[in-house]
Amino acid sequence: MRIATAKETYVADEGLLTTNTQRAWMIILALVLVLAPFVLNAYWLYLACLVAINVASATGLNILTGYTGLVSLGQAAFMAVGAYAVAFLDGHLGTPFLLNIFAAGLVAAAVGVLVGVPSLRVKGLYLAIATIAASFILHFVFTHWVSVTGGMSGVNVAPARLFGIELASPFALYFVIVPITAVMVLGAANLFRTRIGRAFIAIRDRDISAEVLGIPLLQYKLMSFALSSFYAGVAGGMWAYFFRVVTPESFPFATSIFFLAAVIVGGLGTILGPILGAAFMTLVPELLKYVVEWLGPVFPNAGAALSPVRTIVFGALIVFFLVFEPQGLAEIVRRIRRFFHLWPFKT
Amino acid sequence: MTRPAPGTLAPAHLAVSGLSLSFGGLKALTDVSFEVRPGTITALIGPNGAGKTSLFNCISGFYRPREGHIRLDGQDITHTHPPARARAGLARTFQNIALFKGMTVLDNIKLGRHAHMRTNLLQALAYWSAARREEMELRAEVERQIIDFLEIDHIRNKPVASLSYGLQKRVELARALAMRPRLLMLDEPVAGMNREETEDMARFILDVKEEWGISILMVEHDMGMVMDISDHVVVLNFGKVIAQGPPAQVQGDPQVAAAYLGSGNPAELMRRLSAIGEAA
Ligand SMILES: Nc1ncnc2c1ncn2[C@@H]1O[C@H](COP(=O)(O)OP(=O)(O)OP(=O)(O)O)[C@@H](O)[C@H]1O
Ligand SMILES: [Mg+2]
Repeated sequence: MRIATAKETYVADEGLLTTNTQRAWMIILALVLVLAPFVLNAYWLYLACLVAINVASATGLNILTGYTGLVSLGQAAFMAVGAYAVAFLDGHLGTPFLLNIFAAGLVAAAVGVLVGVPSLRVKGLYLAIATIAASFILHFVFTHWVSVTGGMSGVNVAPARLFGIELASPFALYFVIVPITAVMVLGAANLFRTRIGRAFIAIRDRDISAEVLGIPLLQYKLMSFALSSFYAGVAGGMWAYFFRVVTPESFPFATSIFFLAAVIVGGLGTILGPILGAAFMTLVPELLKYVVEWLGPVFPNAGAALSPVRTIVFGALIVFFLVFEPQGLAEIVRRIRRFFHLWPFKT
Repeated sequence: MTRPAPGTLAPAHLAVSGLSLSFGGLKALTDVSFEVRPGTITALIGPNGAGKTSLFNCISGFYRPREGHIRLDGQDITHTHPPARARAGLARTFQNIALFKGMTVLDNIKLGRHAHMRTNLLQALAYWSAARREEMELRAEVERQIIDFLEIDHIRNKPVASLSYGLQKRVELARALAMRPRLLMLDEPVAGMNREETEDMARFILDVKEEWGISILMVEHDMGMVMDISDHVVVLNFGKVIAQGPPAQVQGDPQVAAAYLGSGNPAELMRRLSAIGEAA
């Protein structure tokens, strides 16, 4: 059982981690993240990096959709903008790795602001359609602005270099991708302890009264778009260094749906949600692959039949979560935590 | 219990002149003029549909009046946006409570201070010293000045949706006070409350006027309360001001009685109005 915490000061009450149990968990998580690359094989390290990149992007989308209530299906396009920005800066200007990643975020943020302009007038499905339209326009730009994007054949990206070390393997990249994602998640968590995060939530819940409280809607909606696409841009930039080639098909429209699904399955408007959601959406198909392999000897010759079954099971799992846990995976974690707080007195 | 030293907030002077508003063919307001003098409570009364809420919406910037002016301390705010009016010192509550239902009481109140805070996006993401300091100051001030004052300590961490109607109205007042208003507009602050809750609210409103030094404009159907606490009463009927003056004078005005009842009997009027107040 968690021992009751007396909140002596507001400082403790306003902290990010308010109990010793939470602090202990955070230390364990940090240790696991540091030790993981020495334990995991190359394949699982590859997946770990991919999860981290997706967590960064999903966290951004969650700021916009989960916290500000603006539904966007443009996250993949913003990631592509970031990836192309990295490819261009790295290839043409040869600027350093971290600067390129940051610039990728800024370029994507600028595009995000433009795409967000209609959000003052349109909401919900209509805004979603507007972001889809923007995605297609961006896709057109990617295929036709050949001098920058390399057209259909795309651009190659040289391995990232940091302090003279070449970061070509997932092992090396892990040590930059995971910390960058961690900092971004921490930034999001901080944001929602301040006036700006509260204003986003106010706009989501009741935009009329948000205005009466002195929150200028357009400015804040655009800020949310900028921030969300900044996250996407940085994620796309990391993606570019990870896969080392960017083409118009690197970020298909389905990827935007992938991120929206990740945020919903994980839990809209929670910090934990996009982390769990992105991990779920990235890893479950891989785990199902293992299950299929494992079933191989049991059902010989069934491999061909089992592979579509995998896709169906994945889809069914998503539907299952939407139906039985509409608040997302984060809510399940919350319930488990509650159980242990009260245990053994009450269940 | 510490509260802001009286006089730290200069109460505002509101002047509405010649205000007209229509919805299509419906004239919601016609040539409405009145004032809220600094540091007083002005009550706005009138039968259902008289245009009281519409007038509030003009003053807070949701509706564009067709004609007329709204001035706050002599400054014309008729054409400014709601956020600008909030920064100018205007705060309001809504007839049908407009709190953020999923948030806690504390977060709702903190939102009230938004326009007075400085933290920018970068500071917020980093939660660096400036952002942290501002949040801590806000928390301490909200606790000391508002939560204690309105006696809502026990619910500060509860989500608003779980509270009774009366408490929600109180939280909405708390959020409006967090805005450091110089003019507080309350749309039916005690509607739907029982006797005890009504008396508490009346006491809070009087304290806000006397100790915080804030001008108050209040729409209310509960005549007992209107007569008890207001300094000035404005009566609206079919969008027109039909009488205004001190409570005692308005109470005895036959025109006012006629507006409510179609008869000139002030005693009957009082009975009907209290009944409305109770039923609402
Ligand atoms: N947005 C709107 N569109 C059209 N008509 C409106 C609108 N808002 C109010 N009205 C009309 O304007 C008139 C005044 O309404 P208002 O809500 O201001 O009255 P009120 O005095 O606040 O009444 P109550 O005591 O019932 O709250 C009513 O006839 C109402 O139907
Ligand atoms: Mg009304």
